[in-house]
Amino acid sequence: MPEQAPPASAATASTCGEGRVVLEARGVDKTYQMEGLEVRALRGVDLRICEGRMLAVMGPSGSGKSTLMHIIGLLDRPTAGSVRVEGEEVSHMAPNELAAVRNKRIGFVFQSFNLLPRTSALANVELPLVYAGVGGGERARRARESLERIGLGDRLGHFSSQLSGGQQQRVAIARALVTEPSIVLADEPTGNLDSRSGVEVMSILQDLNRQGITIIVVTHDPRVAQHAERIVHLSDGRIVRHEIVEDRTCADDEMAEILARAEEE
Amino acid sequence: MNLAESLRIALRALNANKVRSALTMLGVIIGVAAVILLVAIGTGVQGEILGQIEGLGSNLLFAFPAAMEGGGGGGQGGLAIRKQFELEDAERVRRVLGSSAIVVPIIQASGTIKAGNKTLRTTIAGGDDQGSEVFTADLAGGRHYNRAEYVGGVRVIGLGATVAKELFPRSDPVGKSVSLNGQRFTVVGHYEAQGGALSGDQDNQVYIPVTTAQRILNTRNISAIIIKAVEADDVERIRAQTRAALRPRFGSQLSVFSQEQTLGLLSQLLGTLTVMLAGIAGISLLVGGIGIMNIMLVSVTERTREIGIRKAVGAKTYDIMSQFVIEAIVLSVAGGAVGMAIGGGGAAVLDRWVPTEVTAWAVALAFFFSAGVGVFFGAYPAWRASRLDPIEALRYE
Repeated sequence: MPEQAPPASAATASTCGEGRVVLEARGVDKTYQMEGLEVRALRGVDLRICEGRMLAVMGPSGSGKSTLMHIIGLLDRPTAGSVRVEGEEVSHMAPNELAAVRNKRIGFVFQSFNLLPRTSALANVELPLVYAGVGGGERARRARESLERIGLGDRLGHFSSQLSGGQQQRVAIARALVTEPSIVLADEPTGNLDSRSGVEVMSILQDLNRQGITIIVVTHDPRVAQHAERIVHLSDGRIVRHEIVEDRTCADDEMAEILARAEEE
Repeated sequence: MNLAESLRIALRALNANKVRSALTMLGVIIGVAAVILLVAIGTGVQGEILGQIEGLGSNLLFAFPAAMEGGGGGGQGGLAIRKQFELEDAERVRRVLGSSAIVVPIIQASGTIKAGNKTLRTTIAGGDDQGSEVFTADLAGGRHYNRAEYVGGVRVIGLGATVAKELFPRSDPVGKSVSLNGQRFTVVGHYEAQGGALSGDQDNQVYIPVTTAQRILNTRNISAIIIKAVEADDVERIRAQTRAALRPRFGSQLSVFSQEQTLGLLSQLLGTLTVMLAGIAGISLLVGGIGIMNIMLVSVTERTREIGIRKAVGAKTYDIMSQFVIEAIVLSVAGGAVGMAIGGGGAAVLDRWVPTEVTAWAVALAFFFSAGVGVFFGAYPAWRASRLDPIEALRYE
């Protein structure tokens, strides 16, 4: 298993075969206090993600996958253990420092899109650049490029309410890409979409991955996870299995099938 | 993130909730308009009253026998009687001052005046034949009492506007007889209304010769001596001479003060009143500020998810904080600007009925106070917003 966590003695700037390690979690524990009860959401999770890979984190609800996503998305800090993003230790950073790293290195795609209401697609995509301190002209240019990249170049001025679910999710992907992050983190990206829009979104993610972007998809749906190269199965806060996907689903093929079926009807 | 960016975000958010933004601003608008308007009225009325008093002439001096000081010493102090002015005292002052001043002995007392079946409480003002020099009312009909009537203590009377109107609503009072404190008087003149706040009382006066007044009040004394300097520049010298003339009889139990001192006192009093008005209006501004805080708190709750999104894509505590503070400041400053326009415009309209004067300090105070209100009352909701946990905020429905 070449991609399993290395022994604790491994060098920090470790590599995994062909690529750089962009994210590495070691011995990550997360304990919550809920109404006086201690809930151990994660128990010693080790995870390495190499540049340019596509990984799915799978597990039933309550398995800790959301918690893991928050921690590798730098939205939360582990109770114990270490998290490194491109070799930089982030587990002890203050919220504002985490915000800066998040801004630069992580792109989020959420189940419920999480676009700003009453705001144009372009302005939504510009948002991370606003906080990165990128000025007006360049900001608009980069946001436009990002939207064109996922095929929404003609919807720049549309408000989220004027876009379909699939289009909204694509705007969210454009927003995740605009800062050229190390990782795009997608949390149930197809959960709120009809199957066709879902396939469309997976096709975009696969396409971006082919262009060299590292992608992590968190999902409970095995069919979604089959689009990744590798699946990490979580249960009760532990990684119980690493699976290398033998028969990877290609979203473009699925799309062709859907189109063919639609023609038959 | 720079200021222009925060401003744009704030404007977009306020624009998205137009009605709410307008209602929130209304609190500040009313507060600022009230401060400006009330201070304008206070200042205007103050100016007018002082102007009226100044109209009496800055060359007037008032001499009174001073009240006995408590002294604190024992001895025969308990029986000390306040010495009063008499007509001779006015005479003595007149001799000393010669032609440089007009000296008028004055009696002021309250009395009851009757004509037909009408009775009125009134103020009796007694003077000599030069009384019209120091009483400001203008004749509306008839004449002032003359020197012969003063010397003879004749029962003639001039009526103030209110008295004339109350007793003789439909006829000319001149030549009619009235009864003052039970004595028959003949009306020789009546006077124009002086109007205005402070002089309202003067319209309820009646004017009689001081000698007549002594007779009906059964006294040898007079209340005060009013000295009008012919040259305003002479006032201080005349004051010293008046003191010197009266000192042999009254020693230090004497006060001679000028119009200016009265003005100073009154001006201070009216100034205090204006500040009080501003304070009351300030409270409404405070209430407006609390309105801002309230709305900002609602807005923060409502936009929890937005805050979560912003934080997820890299907004720092400071970014969120400044976003909401700037929103509050924009609300309060915009409200302040509208309030200033309304306050200023309202003062201009009201000026037809009440004297108003918009002062720079009131405008500046209202403006900076409203901006301060924005910062102060925006800070807490903004701080709450900035402290939100991004995960909780994103999960918020």
